[in-house]
Amino acid sequence: MSVDMNMSILIVDDYKTMLRIIRNLLKQLGFNNVDEATDGSMALQKLRDKDYGLVISDWNMEPMTGIQLLREVRADSKLKNLPFIMITAESKTENVVAAKEAGVNNYIVKPFNAATLKTKLSTVLGQF
Amino acid sequence: MKSQAPGVPPELSARLSELQAQSRSPSREDIIEVVEQMMGSLQGDLSEVNLKIYSELEGLAKYILTAKREIAALRPDEITAQHLPTATDELDAIVGATEEATNTILQAMEALGSLTEKMAPEVADQVNETVTQVYEACNFQDITGQRITKVVKALKHIEDTVEGLVAAFGDEIAKYREAHPKQEAPEVSDKDLLNGPQLPDSASKQDDIDALLASFD
Repeated sequence: MSVDMNMSILIVDDYKTMLRIIRNLLKQLGFNNVDEATDGSMALQKLRDKDYGLVISDWNMEPMTGIQLLREVRADSKLKNLPFIMITAESKTENVVAAKEAGVNNYIVKPFNAATLKTKLSTVLGQF
Repeated sequence: MKSQAPGVPPELSARLSELQAQSRSPSREDIIEVVEQMMGSLQGDLSEVNLKIYSELEGLAKYILTAKREIAALRPDEITAQHLPTATDELDAIVGATEEATNTILQAMEALGSLTEKMAPEVADQVNETVTQVYEACNFQDITGQRITKVVKALKHIEDTVEGLVAAFGDEIAKYREAHPKQEAPEVSDKDLLNGPQLPDSASKQDDIDALLASFD
């Protein structure tokens, strides 16, 4: 099954510079339909208002963190199967385990490069 | 014969035996004499112990006093009032400046990326690859910001601890400040002029510098 390159992707990070970097890298990979949110609660509202094909979220945000957002998504009957990738500087084993237990599809550690992003997207969405 | 009570001086013990042996009841004067001897001997014992304790306490008090003076001489009030806030402001300025620079770089790369449509495909690919590398490199700003935030939190912890110290040693610090007023620098040295970059809020703009220069004309 081919990847829908027009899917809406929601990127979530409290650092606007990072949102800009991820948006540009996604654009270079061929994904142009990208929305942004600066914390988990804003992201959750957007996810409930519009259909998205993927969430790429930071962990450390206020008031709602990335892991809280992930748990909310997995607990929501309409959103529970939404692919979710965490991009974060939190690289301790317990973080990765907690994210996996919460239902994350993949995990990228900052700083990251375009090749890693592409590999993880392919793993989660399929080859493109 | 009764055995001598431990710790009772022999003279007192002998006097007590003498009083017990006499047929009449001891007089008021006898009792006063014995009590005084007893108190004298007790006082002697306590003084010896006390002297040792007093000596230890005196040493401890001197040590604490010296430590308080040394701490006061460090001017911990200046650390919380001046040094730590300055350090925090400088770190915030680093985050702000790198963020601004990163956004400028990203903006330039976005502009460059949009030009690739007008380039030959092989050139456009090379440009896109380079632009991607710049995007990747700009990751540093997020990581730097998070690291600096950690340092700021550590400084805040130190500030709280030193504030506790200042509260505890307030009198000593005030005394030290009174005894050691800061000397006004007689003349600004070359070293005094080395302050490094100014924080954005306090930095002079080029217009301010130009106006200052013009005021000399």
